[in-house]
Amino acid sequence: MADVTMRIWRGDATGGDFETYTISQNEGEVVLDVVHRIQATQAPDLACRWNCKAGKCGSCSAEINGKPRLMCMTRMDQLPEGEVTVTPMKAFPIIRDLVTDVSFNFEMAKRVPALLPPPMPEGGYRMFQQDVDRGQEFRKCIECFLCQNVCHVIRDHEENKVHYAGPRFFIRYAELEMHPLDTNDRRELLKEEMGLGYCNITKCCTEVCPEHIHITDNAIIPLKERVVDADYDPIAWLGRKIRRRTKKTASEASVQPAP
Amino acid sequence: MTAVESSTKVVLGGVRGGPDVATLRKDRWRVQPMVTASILTSFIIYSTWAAFQNRYYYVGAGFGRDLISPFYSPCIGGVCVPGAKAGFAINWFRLSPALLILIFPLGFRFTCYYYRRSYYRAFWWSPPACAVSDAHGRYSGETRFPLVMQNLHRYFFYAGLVLNTFLTIDAVEAFREPGLGWGVSVGTVVLCVNAALLWMYSLSCHACRHLVGGHVKSFKAHPLRYRFWKIMSPLNAKHMNLAWASLLFVGFTDIYVRLVASGAITDYKIF
Repeated sequence: MADVTMRIWRGDATGGDFETYTISQNEGEVVLDVVHRIQATQAPDLACRWNCKAGKCGSCSAEINGKPRLMCMTRMDQLPEGEVTVTPMKAFPIIRDLVTDVSFNFEMAKRVPALLPPPMPEGGYRMFQQDVDRGQEFRKCIECFLCQNVCHVIRDHEENKVHYAGPRFFIRYAELEMHPLDTNDRRELLKEEMGLGYCNITKCCTEVCPEHIHITDNAIIPLKERVVDADYDPIAWLGRKIRRRTKKTASEASVQPAP
Repeated sequence: MTAVESSTKVVLGGVRGGPDVATLRKDRWRVQPMVTASILTSFIIYSTWAAFQNRYYYVGAGFGRDLISPFYSPCIGGVCVPGAKAGFAINWFRLSPALLILIFPLGFRFTCYYYRRSYYRAFWWSPPACAVSDAHGRYSGETRFPLVMQNLHRYFFYAGLVLNTFLTIDAVEAFREPGLGWGVSVGTVVLCVNAALLWMYSLSCHACRHLVGGHVKSFKAHPLRYRFWKIMSPLNAKHMNLAWASLLFVGFTDIYVRLVASGAITDYKIF
């Protein structure tokens, strides 16, 4: 097949620029194949993170022609004619070339209050299929962090990182909130400290998810509705008063240790 | 001690890689927000104009029909034309009756999760498209007034259900042909399709899906709610399509009734 021109951003925290490579492209190849051939033949010091080459490890996240995608799942023949631009994920600090420091996500992962089941004998609960199915979608997440990267709340506003968990962790919160055995109430935490209200439903996280998880429709909006139940719905408030149920504060929900 | 205090701090300000440009996207990402902005702007201009017209919103006995525009139904103002009046009226309100009604469907659509996505992208450019820089230096999302009021969506949903009930009654009454008996005209079909689309749009709403069953932790413990949730979920997946279809058709319905009422066109009888 014909040669292809690849514009790859090269650099580190001290600065960088695009470098252009013209290289052969074979039928059926994905962007990661071509990047590997550039490593092998023209730029052995080109840094990129990868592992499975099958869209299941979430390592090779980058921005291809400006769109956040997995390099291993983006076929070259499906990109428009002309040069292909590859840049690192924009929302995270650069380490080198296409490799970014995604530790922000691991910090947010530590803050997720764990599942808190009620006291019961071992083997004392049978999980039913309809409840399994609901959370199963969220467990498909491969932690590529493309959703975190594309979310404009932190992509364009670095200062929001201190109080915004991001779409990847909203699906984790949703999975726990929808677990039939969970007794933790994370709604106050989501509202006050995890920045659920910062999400304005632009659905970019859903658009870029390589696992096609309906992040907005099935996780973020249901969480927002649960926060409405807790804080903005006087009828629900009255129902809680009558049934003498209280919700936990952000602090109370947070003290449950993460697994 | 909160979880935030117990964990290590998020480090801000690391140097980001890549060029400092708004976007590197090469596709035509501007098309979608421009189309959305054009349609919504056109609808807002038309509905505002129609709401202040205060005439040609009812096709009555003079035409042998009983058709009312959805913008004016239920007609509860003090200046409704004869035959259009609902069973009750706010007689002291002398402005266009549409002004009493439109606040609810407009509020429902304004706070709708789908429309929020659309107009934040199209008008506020926050962001205009995915992986394109948003147009604002600071961002607080829906955490502060006035956007925190988006959380009132479910109340507009309740009001929308009430209005849908009135529009369904209007659709049934559209089969009535005063002085002639009963029959089906093009206007009858238009009002029936309009009511059906508005019901489907309302019932596909995310708040509805939550209220009928999405709020429970265990579906096994709430089998009836689970059944409702299962019915609503596929409808919810079509919420975007239904939002556009119902918006365009409600506008078309008003135009049709207006043209018939003004005598510009004839409402043909089908059978």
